[in-house]
Amino acid sequence: MSVPISITINGKIYESEVDSRLLLVQYLRETLRLTGTHVGCDTSSCGACTIIVDGKAIKSCTMLAAQAHGATIITIEGLANNGALHPLQESFKEEHGLQCGFCTPGMIMTALQLLEDNPQPSEAEIRHGLEGNYCRCTGYHNIVKAIYHASRKMGKEVVHG
Amino acid sequence: MIPSEFEYFRAGSVKEALELLNEKGPDAKILAGGHSLIPAMKLRFNNPGALIDIGGISELNYIREENDVLAIGAATTHADLAASGLLNSSLPMLAETAATIGDIQVRNKGTIGGSLAHADPAADWPAALLAAEAEVIITSRSESRVVAIADFFQGLFTTDLGDAELITEIRVPLPPANTRSTYLKFEQPASRFAIVGCAAMVTRNNGSFGNVRVAFTGVSASPFRDHGIEQALEGQPADGAQLHEACKLAGNGVDVMGDHFASKEYRTHLAVVFAERALKVVTGQG
Amino acid sequence: MASVIGKSIKRVEDKRFLTGKGKYVDDMVLPDMTYAAILRSHLAHARIANVDITAAENAPGVVAVFTGADIVKAEIGGVPCGWQVDFKNGDTMKEPPHPLLVADKVRFMGDAVAVVIAESAAAAKDAVELIMVDYEELDVVVDGPDALKDGAPLIHDDVPNNICYDWELGDQDATDQAIENADHVTTLEFVNQRLIPNAIEPRSAIGHYEEASDRYTLYTTSQNPHVIRLLMSAFVLGLPEHKVRIVSPDVGGGFGSKIPHYIEEALMVWCSKQIKRPVKWTAERNESFMTDTHGRDHVSKAEMGFDSDGKITGLRVKTVANLGAYLSTFSTCVPTYLHGTLLQGLYTTPAIHIDLTAVFTNTTPVDALRGAGRPEATYLLERLMDNAAREMGVDPAELRFKNFIPPFDGVSQPGYQTQVALQYDSGNYEKVLNKALEMVDYQEFRSQQSQARTEGRLLGIGFSTYIEACGIAPSAVVGSLGARAGLFESAQVRVQPTGKVSVFVGSHSHGQGHETTFSQLVAGKLGIAMEDVDIVHGDTDSVSFGMGTYGSRSLAVGGTAIMNGLEKVLEKGAKIAAHKLEAAEEDLEYANGQWTVKGSDKSIAFGDVALTAYVPHDYPEGLEPGLDFTNFYDPTNFTFPFGAHIAIVEVDKDTGKITIDRFVACDDVGNVVNPMIVDGQLHGGIAHGIGQALFEGAIYDESGQLLNGSFMDYTMPRADDLPMFETDRTVTPCPHNPLGAKGAGEAGTIAATPAVVNAVIDALAPFGVTDIKMPLTPERVWKAMQTQIKEAAL
Repeated sequence: MSVPISITINGKIYESEVDSRLLLVQYLRETLRLTGTHVGCDTSSCGACTIIVDGKAIKSCTMLAAQAHGATIITIEGLANNGALHPLQESFKEEHGLQCGFCTPGMIMTALQLLEDNPQPSEAEIRHGLEGNYCRCTGYHNIVKAIYHASRKMGKEVVHG
Repeated sequence: MIPSEFEYFRAGSVKEALELLNEKGPDAKILAGGHSLIPAMKLRFNNPGALIDIGGISELNYIREENDVLAIGAATTHADLAASGLLNSSLPMLAETAATIGDIQVRNKGTIGGSLAHADPAADWPAALLAAEAEVIITSRSESRVVAIADFFQGLFTTDLGDAELITEIRVPLPPANTRSTYLKFEQPASRFAIVGCAAMVTRNNGSFGNVRVAFTGVSASPFRDHGIEQALEGQPADGAQLHEACKLAGNGVDVMGDHFASKEYRTHLAVVFAERALKVVTGQG
Repeated sequence: MASVIGKSIKRVEDKRFLTGKGKYVDDMVLPDMTYAAILRSHLAHARIANVDITAAENAPGVVAVFTGADIVKAEIGGVPCGWQVDFKNGDTMKEPPHPLLVADKVRFMGDAVAVVIAESAAAAKDAVELIMVDYEELDVVVDGPDALKDGAPLIHDDVPNNICYDWELGDQDATDQAIENADHVTTLEFVNQRLIPNAIEPRSAIGHYEEASDRYTLYTTSQNPHVIRLLMSAFVLGLPEHKVRIVSPDVGGGFGSKIPHYIEEALMVWCSKQIKRPVKWTAERNESFMTDTHGRDHVSKAEMGFDSDGKITGLRVKTVANLGAYLSTFSTCVPTYLHGTLLQGLYTTPAIHIDLTAVFTNTTPVDALRGAGRPEATYLLERLMDNAAREMGVDPAELRFKNFIPPFDGVSQPGYQTQVALQYDSGNYEKVLNKALEMVDYQEFRSQQSQARTEGRLLGIGFSTYIEACGIAPSAVVGSLGARAGLFESAQVRVQPTGKVSVFVGSHSHGQGHETTFSQLVAGKLGIAMEDVDIVHGDTDSVSFGMGTYGSRSLAVGGTAIMNGLEKVLEKGAKIAAHKLEAAEEDLEYANGQWTVKGSDKSIAFGDVALTAYVPHDYPEGLEPGLDFTNFYDPTNFTFPFGAHIAIVEVDKDTGKITIDRFVACDDVGNVVNPMIVDGQLHGGIAHGIGQALFEGAIYDESGQLLNGSFMDYTMPRADDLPMFETDRTVTPCPHNPLGAKGAGEAGTIAATPAVVNAVIDALAPFGVTDIKMPLTPERVWKAMQTQIKEAAL
């Protein structure tokens, strides 16, 4: 069954007819070729597919494209601003918060929500906030550091800005 | 992973959802947050012929106080419940329960009504709702009925919900003043569902404990109120001398589950430990 | 060396990953591409009586369906094993074929029975469900020791007793005698449980046969594309190797599980040839659980003898290694030459013997997993050391100091010849443990621990001092031990006419940051800017050859190949510079990107020399134009990183749940090119090692069903399960490669597991607990405490 949808993704409106069973992550990756959002599991466990839907981090492997009708979505491709990396992206680079890069987009999108809810999190709060995201490469050590430093940097920017 | 084919309908209102449910028959399923249903469909354990999406129905998304009752719309997300000032101040165990479900992404999408309808024996909601003596409002095209939460759960993945019915609201009576409540769980390490989840609620009356409620999830195929512990503590002095002994009754008379995460013996032991931990929190001994 | 080497340069590859521009195999779409879904056996052992594909063939969107019968008809053999281990009596190991699709019987849950190719992944998935297979169920065996029992079901009809090979190493008589005469013998029975690798990127393969050019391309998630090309071309499909291209673009983690040549790779290429269109397969996570090669799965009994001074006199090990249902590419060398040869550890043990039997069972094939054999050896040794210390009433750190091999640099002092075939390159084991003890403030912890015990809290500390063999490997040595391939590495340094440098490396990066580390080598050695260097890897059409990345070999072996290539560039460049500067070569010196005539201001920049090499109008007579060298480097020995890891844990007495309070790691990986990257490798390794200690492990039931084949049931370490890691290092350079580098990718995994388990056992010392089987789940820990409490009450 085909379902009409209209979704704003990274500031651009997309109108499509999608198969009812098409998952949102497939719509992003296969239909729109936004392949920065990854699929690492099928059980809403690993978080590699995390994106922001209407301001909330969600796992796009557990949502139908049809459910996203009318939504505003940000994916990893839409995070940098005119080529300038977001402070989280910067911090992941500075603190070596990524290795193979596969979990990275999901980690960053979850971190975005984490800092939205709690702009100055402690180390323990960051660790707890990442419970829905797996990484096999980094042991999470530098991911935690990256989010911590981004939060302090972003806080300062607000103060100075 | 890709689900089997199905028809998809986006309902704009409860009325429309019920019409569709009626029209499509038992092969149709309600889709709220989808966080129980979609994984099951991807694994093809569940292959409904039609989905009726109620995620966009704003009349099912609310948390409000109505005459000493907390009324929660069935499509309210766990995240909204965890963050609710009303819940955190009046019945914190509900907010604590919501905050412990899955992870932030799952809480952002998963709903209380969806979780109840799925009736996973390790889900978190049942313990707190049993302890709170909540009611479930179930609506069909012809009527709305009220079911006590204790009657709603009927076993493993089984509820009182009929094919043409929709959970529309969860109602929780507000407890008297001097009531404290909490929800603690021992997590299954992979899924972080409850191996043992214990909700406890106690009202302090002039130096003794009244209105003692203890409920478990994860321990057996159905969540349950632990009347043994409750009765042992009801009316007892608030110094807590009885607490340790009373908690040894946890799970008595219940068919405790065993699996490769926790044997029957260990699960029973955890029920005792978590009953005591939860009761210590609500009786101020924690 | 120039300043860029040894610095924590931020990674050059990061930007594409941070912006969603990484290119992984599943991101690729080729014109006219089709999609494959594979029918997997849900049974662990059954004869295939009939496969009915009629309904699947007629399903919408289906292009083709193939079964095991088609593979038999096409006369395609199975995927091969790359390492031959002989029986003790000299017979060759048993090598039953692992066919691309099975025709006769399925041997593990996940065995591939049929493949459906369709216009979309959804159509393929729908159709694969329509294939009807009649199975005749057979008895199942899943545990290694059970497979050896009389009457055990045979996995392969022509492999008696399910034995792939038996094998031994060391001096049996001397060891038996040492154990018999010892003043104290510590004995432990170990289950080094089966792990599931779970790289976060699922495996994926796209086969693409182009009729016009008669060329085959395979895009695959591999750690070693050239190895896949060789194995697939020569041993599986019989393809002309020069017409075969393998591309492994960005790969989302390997950990050993992306070394083997998998059936799906050859199957996609073969299917593409049949239908003349590209075919893509990407594993669903449950397929990853069932078919990515698993790791470990040893059952051992080990005895360590001591004299009255606490000196180790002998070590005797008997192991059954479960290889799963089929041989994988390197499965045979893991329990033997990567395990038995490491049993010397850091100690002067004078007599060692291991007796090992490798068996087939109805389980997923086992191959290398981060550490591969060395974690199993280290676990034996380090658990025995801590237990022996407790039994003899000696401090576990003291016991180690007493038994360490004394320091040797491998230059002025010779390497250390072990009792188990290897010769260690260089080491200073006392130093690394001393530093770790300082980091943890050992005495202070012991007093905290006694105080905590009086409060009823259970704190424990665990040690692990390890060594590993990396920089795999000298070809002649491994060849004599049964390897069917050389284990050198190659690098091509191509200086472009403008002085920019492209380096084509056989090493493959799937998280290790080669694009940065290797660029540092080039920029440092040539004195040019990092951005003037490009590292190319993962494509057999552009990289001349390579053996890939595993065994912590990329810097020690691949990096050396680059360094040697750079030497050749500078040698030839000096000839051109001398000509241009009208000076003698020996009067030139090279620094900061230019050749200068010593004692003068006459100089020529690297870029000008490069241009001259490609525009050789004014050029040394007889010298070839161009500045482009391919170098093959075959190491003379393994490298031997070592270190000391210390874990501090607290056990919840009520639930058995373990919290890691601190994890201290002091490692010696030789010289370090990029400390940030090395630390990152160690962090990831430690987490993986902690995963084995506390969380991970495949669970099969008696019928061979994998009970925890999803992330809902198989526990992966998460951020809130782990502490911040406290890392530092000592530096004992490797004497036999120009970088002095040893390798860091596996160290953390090898070291961490016994440190954590030892810490838990130490915490439970008041209960008299001496062993708990891994993973140390809360229930197992709680039960261990209960057992001791009950026994004490009797």
